[in-house]
Amino acid sequence: MYATNYHRASSVEDAVKLASSNDEAKYLSGGQTLLPTMKQRLAAPSDLVDLRHVSEMKGISVNGGKIRIGAATTHAEVANSAEIARACPALAHLAAHIGDPHVRHMGTIGGSIANNDPAADYPAGLLALGATIVTNTRSIAADDFFTGMFETALEDGELIVAVEITAPAKCGYAKFPNPASRYALTGVFVARQGDGSVRVAVTGAGSDGVFRQADMEQALASNFSAGALDGVTVDDSDLMADIHASSAYRANLVKVMAKRAVAAAG
Amino acid sequence: MGMEGIGARVARKEDKRFITGKGKYTDDMVVPGMKQAHFVRSPHAHAKIVSIDTSAAEKMPGVIGILNGAQLSEDAIGNIICGWMIHSKDGSPMNMGVWRPLAQDTVRYVGDAIAIVVADTKAQARDAAEAVVIEYETLPVVTSAVDALKDGAPQLHANAPGNLIYDWEIGDAAATDAAIAAAAHVTEMKIINNRLVPNPMEPRAALGVYDEGEDHYTLWTTSQNPHVARLVLSAFYNVAPENKLRVIAPDVGGGFGSKIYIYPEEIVCLWASKRTGVPVKWNCDRTEAFLTDAHGRDHVSTVKMAFDANNRITGFKVDTIANLGAYMSLFSSSVPTYLYATLLSGQYNIPAIHANVRTVYTNTVPVDAYRGAGRPEATYLLERTMETAARELGVTPAELRRTNFIREFPHQTPVIMCYDAGDYEASLSAAMKASDYDGFPARKAEAKSRGKLRGIGMSCYIEACGIAPSAAVGSLGAGVGLWESAEVRVNAVGTVEVLTGSHSHGQGHETTFAQLVAGRFGVGIDSVSIVHGDTDKVQMGMGTYGSRSGAVGMSAVVKALDKVEAKAKKIAAHLMEADESDIVIENGELKVAGTDKSVPWFQMALAAYTAHNLPEGMEPGLKEGAFYDPSNFTFPAGCYICEVEVDPDTGKTEIVQFVAADDFGKIINPMIVEGQVHGGLAQGIGQALLEGAHYDPDSGQLLTASYMDYTMPRADDLPSFQVSTTETVCPSNPLGIKGCGEAGAIGSPPALINAITDAIGNNDLTMPATSQRVWAALASAR
Repeated sequence: MYATNYHRASSVEDAVKLASSNDEAKYLSGGQTLLPTMKQRLAAPSDLVDLRHVSEMKGISVNGGKIRIGAATTHAEVANSAEIARACPALAHLAAHIGDPHVRHMGTIGGSIANNDPAADYPAGLLALGATIVTNTRSIAADDFFTGMFETALEDGELIVAVEITAPAKCGYAKFPNPASRYALTGVFVARQGDGSVRVAVTGAGSDGVFRQADMEQALASNFSAGALDGVTVDDSDLMADIHASSAYRANLVKVMAKRAVAAAG
Repeated sequence: MGMEGIGARVARKEDKRFITGKGKYTDDMVVPGMKQAHFVRSPHAHAKIVSIDTSAAEKMPGVIGILNGAQLSEDAIGNIICGWMIHSKDGSPMNMGVWRPLAQDTVRYVGDAIAIVVADTKAQARDAAEAVVIEYETLPVVTSAVDALKDGAPQLHANAPGNLIYDWEIGDAAATDAAIAAAAHVTEMKIINNRLVPNPMEPRAALGVYDEGEDHYTLWTTSQNPHVARLVLSAFYNVAPENKLRVIAPDVGGGFGSKIYIYPEEIVCLWASKRTGVPVKWNCDRTEAFLTDAHGRDHVSTVKMAFDANNRITGFKVDTIANLGAYMSLFSSSVPTYLYATLLSGQYNIPAIHANVRTVYTNTVPVDAYRGAGRPEATYLLERTMETAARELGVTPAELRRTNFIREFPHQTPVIMCYDAGDYEASLSAAMKASDYDGFPARKAEAKSRGKLRGIGMSCYIEACGIAPSAAVGSLGAGVGLWESAEVRVNAVGTVEVLTGSHSHGQGHETTFAQLVAGRFGVGIDSVSIVHGDTDKVQMGMGTYGSRSGAVGMSAVVKALDKVEAKAKKIAAHLMEADESDIVIENGELKVAGTDKSVPWFQMALAAYTAHNLPEGMEPGLKEGAFYDPSNFTFPAGCYICEVEVDPDTGKTEIVQFVAADDFGKIINPMIVEGQVHGGLAQGIGQALLEGAHYDPDSGQLLTASYMDYTMPRADDLPSFQVSTTETVCPSNPLGIKGCGEAGAIGSPPALINAITDAIGNNDLTMPATSQRVWAALASAR
């Protein structure tokens, strides 16, 4: 790791100010990707602005069907939240299966989606749930937020403050972990809204990051059951291939995990 | 057997300090004036070094010195050697390419060390290392041994045409070919043994200290055999004379073979300490460990096994290509030859065996012994072939094995080994009973009702531990003897110190070696200290690898204990005016048999040191040493049975039952033995299911260079093991013990792959059997 200056932000305003005062500053929100990358000297921010102690960015609230999760809320807090478990159980399940206990007690939802790792779990959850990402300057729909592998709609210095979700009628998440890293080799989040519409989001498999599987959404909208996906064929031409999984294997996993996610949604 | 003697399930003495973080490892060592080192390494798998410019780096903050191969040559530091000479079948010696501790002209794998930077802090050393400018001319790369043998392959060493190190054979080719020609059935297979990264918990480290006043060197290092390190550093590398060099291997956090060898970094740190005038500390980060620790396995083999009409094996023919990486590591040549092909008879009567082995240079890190070292490769060939043959012949796997078991001992195989004792039927029966083998069809049917494919597989392994005797291994090309030394010092208060040339890096010697003393003299194990790992304390030893510490190291202790006991009895007899032949040692007392006369152990010891009243002519003190050179290898054996369930949708394999029945001879501490088996099984299952080093064939970059991509087995990948033992006493050493360190890693991979291939109905499956591979094998079988 190269030397860096650590700052503990006290408020959103303070964080943005600290970050904007240096071109090479980065927000630190758990650091479960950034810190290992820095240790390998593959990233060298001059300044780190730690967001995990900004009180207005922490915590979970559920009012009626409206869920708000502060960006600096850890995966463990989401996983263990009784309110999330009631309102959106698949999201609690997703959070409970990110990394390992160390990661879950340090990593945060804001940090995860800002990084938008193509194999991270939260992007699939938020995309399928049609979440709104609230920043210090605006609100961004999940469909517009995840723009590509490790890329998001965030502007320089823009800071995620919270994530807002409308509780779905049903939801399920199924993940096949990479045996080494335990990131998603393929993960599928399925959410059915009260109006019967269905969104299916896939992580770990797409060569351009998280994506929605439209044909599955249509099949499930008319018949929300695992069997409804039997006739769906997953095209592997835009899927990743690496030493862990071919694109054909990932295509198979997209279908298998989608069916399991639907089954889990009940 | 006493409460703490041989056979007692004693908790490990050393665990308190390990579990509470109080162990003292090489990287914990601090000496005055110590500075930090970082190595400049090649980012290329194969390249000429055109120039090295350290001028900018030398001006960086904190930099004390930057040294490269040119300075190493100025000081006539020697080439890194391979310590076991193998001759090709045409009689020519192996082609050992030049391995400089710091590469001077050519780099041959990613991670090849080029220069050392010594600075005040680690960060400064690393900063300066990044400022060293090296101009390379890249060369074509080959990473696969099979490809390296092909015409037109990139060439690594001028003295090894075609990248061939040796072309070696063992056994009777004509008899084996004749058996195959006359066979009623021949089973043929192509079998790959996947390359592994050892991954001990503690990465390698070194601290080299040159004392100018004394003209003396000290090296702290993460070694399984500090005396061998001292010998090689002085005799071959010309770093320091043996009498001026102390090598200390303090607590070492696992090795699995990878810490046997003397690596460039230890040599260079010690040398650099004199050259820079400061103590030089280096510790390896995990990425460096992946890139530079000697890897294991990496064989490609074809086999033919011939059977007569009664399903008896008549011949076994093996052709193996083994990847030894870019250079020949210390024992690399012996692993795919004498530690491998000599085990190809397994537990079976095989009248004719022939094996041909070609070892090959590639642009990968050197390959050497890794837990099992050659024996897992041999066992994998045999036990995959036996299971496959059983399926082809339409007999049960157990029946085919029983038909061919060796049942009389000693048994001379056609490949050097003479098995001294064993009962293979006993371990097979024990494992089948423990696994409820007969109930498998019902379990398979039940699994099918849940949509799972259940399979069962077995493996009957043999291994050879305590490689010996010295004269025999010398005649086969070994550069060292493979005996062991021990010294037993009884203190004046009766406490005991045992000095051993074995080295414990997780095996529990501080407990088991103490149990030998406790059992013999009736002193508590807390009154016995085991001293090891320091060449200034223990005169000489060969270290720990190949499951040799029990069979060889403990036997040396027993010899020394015999001498101590004899003298102790003389003293006691003198004190009690009895005949020494009447003295017995019981519960910490020396007694005159059949009387109530006794002398406590401590009183006898005190008498030895006060020397007020010793037998006429006896020297004071109570300290004895011994060297022990075994008469033979030992031959642990056993049977493993694995049961799996495969998810046909994803190809994911779950191990639902794993049974081990091992014959380790006499057992010193059953709990430690069980721990060794558990660890070995975890590593063997890791190899079979999860682990695999993967080099990019074009660039030679190691793609599995972190835990993000290299799958280490974790607790949730493994079942709760059912382990048990059977016992035939080993006649070749005084304790009757065989060794247990490697069995799990040797026997488990074929059991697991046999189970998965049984489940999926496709025998074409390569380790590691990842979910993707199993899914693809299922798809192609449909």
